[in-house]
Amino acid sequence: MLARPSTRRNFLRSGVQVVAGMGAFVSALKPLADFDVDTLGGVEGFLQKHYKEMSADDMKASLARIESDVKRRFDVDVVARDIKPVDGVEFVYALNLSRCVGCRKCVHACVQENNQSRSPEIQYIRVLEMPKGTLDIEKGNHHYDRPTVPDEDHFYMPIQCHQCDDPPCTKVCPVEATWTEPDGITVVDYDWCIGCRYCEAACPYWARRFNFAEPTIPKEELIAKKDAAEAKGEQLEVNYLSNRPRPVGVVEKCTFCLHRTREGKMPACLEVCPVGARKFGNILDSTSEVAQILKTKRVFVLKEELGTNPRFFYYFDERYPQDSSQKSFEGMPGMPEITRTHGASKGEPK
Amino acid sequence: MREYTRFLQRCFRLSFVGTKLYKFWMLFLSVVALIGLNAWAKQAVGGLATTGMTDQVSWGLYIANFTFLVGMAAAAVMLVIPVYVYKNKDLHDLVIFGELLAVAAVTMCLMFIMADMGRPDRGLHLFMRFNWPISVLTWDVIVLNGYLALNLHICGYLIWCAYNERKPGKAFYIPFVFLAIFWAFSIHTVTAFLYSGLGGRPFWNSAVLAPRFLASAFAAGPAFLVLTLLVINRFTKYDVPRAALQTLRGIITVALTINMFLLGCEVFTEFYTDSTHAASAHYLFEGLGGKHALVPWIWTAIALNTFALVVLYSPFKRRVVFYAPACGAMIVGIWIEKGMGLIVPGFIPTPLGEVFEYVPTLNETLVCFGIWAAGLLLFTILVRVTIPVLSGELTKNKLYSTDSFS
Repeated sequence: MLARPSTRRNFLRSGVQVVAGMGAFVSALKPLADFDVDTLGGVEGFLQKHYKEMSADDMKASLARIESDVKRRFDVDVVARDIKPVDGVEFVYALNLSRCVGCRKCVHACVQENNQSRSPEIQYIRVLEMPKGTLDIEKGNHHYDRPTVPDEDHFYMPIQCHQCDDPPCTKVCPVEATWTEPDGITVVDYDWCIGCRYCEAACPYWARRFNFAEPTIPKEELIAKKDAAEAKGEQLEVNYLSNRPRPVGVVEKCTFCLHRTREGKMPACLEVCPVGARKFGNILDSTSEVAQILKTKRVFVLKEELGTNPRFFYYFDERYPQDSSQKSFEGMPGMPEITRTHGASKGEPK
Repeated sequence: MREYTRFLQRCFRLSFVGTKLYKFWMLFLSVVALIGLNAWAKQAVGGLATTGMTDQVSWGLYIANFTFLVGMAAAAVMLVIPVYVYKNKDLHDLVIFGELLAVAAVTMCLMFIMADMGRPDRGLHLFMRFNWPISVLTWDVIVLNGYLALNLHICGYLIWCAYNERKPGKAFYIPFVFLAIFWAFSIHTVTAFLYSGLGGRPFWNSAVLAPRFLASAFAAGPAFLVLTLLVINRFTKYDVPRAALQTLRGIITVALTINMFLLGCEVFTEFYTDSTHAASAHYLFEGLGGKHALVPWIWTAIALNTFALVVLYSPFKRRVVFYAPACGAMIVGIWIEKGMGLIVPGFIPTPLGEVFEYVPTLNETLVCFGIWAAGLLLFTILVRVTIPVLSGELTKNKLYSTDSFS
């Protein structure tokens, strides 16, 4: 169609150009040769439904796939489960800042329990070393490194997911891959997350983590865990919404160890705490320890002004516990109320 | 239908025809695009760990470029409004170039989003559980794709009519043009809301963000069009009316002035109040906790924009030797302001007060260059094909000769 004559020479020349172009295109894509489709979950993973849409059979198939995936990646036999929330339970965490010594045992117990990636290492809990005299977390030191803790001039403030009642993170997810469960725990469907990281940007507590690379966990650690479980007559379990090894490219977060807590155990971070700074339980049960703490201690939440309504409370031990024997003081009146009379003529107070 | 495939075929063939300079430009863009594709393939294998992004700074160059390009796309209306609302005839024939830029810019936006996603293979999940209207990101998906469709329709229809030597039927495109005007404002407003709606990020949580986005977009977008038109004027037979360049200059001057004013408003509010919320602004403008990677960037941006503004208000504005560099400076300045000056510092310090810097990796940078090259390649082809069709040199009955286009 164009004016150039269609000679044999031109034909050959454009042929060579096309071949060269295709060749360049293919060689640009060469790194994909190392691509392991299994890391993306294969065809079954691709076709899997959203967590809330899966039937019992779908879930069974998915759990079986998780088991074989763990076997393939870490050569360990595990039992995958999907533990559901319990009716009449809403979990709440309370942390005693007077007790915490900043040893970071909780940080590492959490990584162990929840099978986070070790390289790059993902930690759900950040402990801040705070100078006394402030509660402004921007003044905290994230990277304190002391042979012994605590330091006299500081107090320590561990921060993890606050399991907000009004979470900014679930709101922003474009595909509903993250939501709050009936027991108050915000979870992520690792098989649904598209990895846009909008939730990470939205979280005011920096509680979310992203798997920038395929997570790695040393096989020996998983084998040791399995042996420990078998010594107790149990199997090594992983849970769909919490501690199963994660795929690459998805977001994850603290789940209050829901695979433990939904079966009546305490979270790993609490169990390991050497000073008993961490308290956990069901706020709907008025006899629970956390219910008592919320009733009797002067608790506070971080960044209350953002309206996120966290389920994670901090408190200091009170020097003067408020009990019935406490002396009462005479109260003084407040500001007298001013009555305004709109429309009344000036200078004639009623 | 058969005629249509023939049309596409001819356009495709035509995109390979041109001067030596044109071929060199196309080859250069193709090579850069392929290098970018290669870098992206490496990222697909290694995960986003191949980028400089971290849990602290979880969005980087990709989202920064995305944000800038949404603005470029929105700016197409700055040509459309004078023509269809104020009946300015000078710009009439140029509207289509603005819309072609919109098509190319939105395409680049979508590529940047694809590059940024941890799991692009799960893109279909958007169709299966779409968190609309709660998630602002779903609004962005709708408005961006809608905008792409609108502009494709408008340009495609006008070009198709010219090719068939037919007068375009007003009912088939005028309503879409007016819809596109509102739509253009929506794409950049929604993109600003992505950031300004986050209470946990005080640096972004500002009502002035959306107006700022629009003002900077309406400066940078037309500035890019001015450069495009100057190139078209210089290298093709197509004669760009001088009045068009003047109208655009007026738009750019006003938009850039408003943009600088709004930036000043932000700076005043942050620094005069000087609450802990100003930590990101401190980091950006003067460094924080001994870290100041972004300080040279933002001051460069301010210097470039000030230079552009001075030129635009001086008598030199009428001379291309000053006007063109001013446009170039402003494009770069606004690119920095929106990327290194807005997206990145929003993450520093983190919500827990950690000052953790972001340094893009080479691989990530190559992906960005690749996407830009692919976008410019698309834009060049679109413009290359459109010019002879619009000027009536290539129609269904006219064979187009290579040497009529030099």
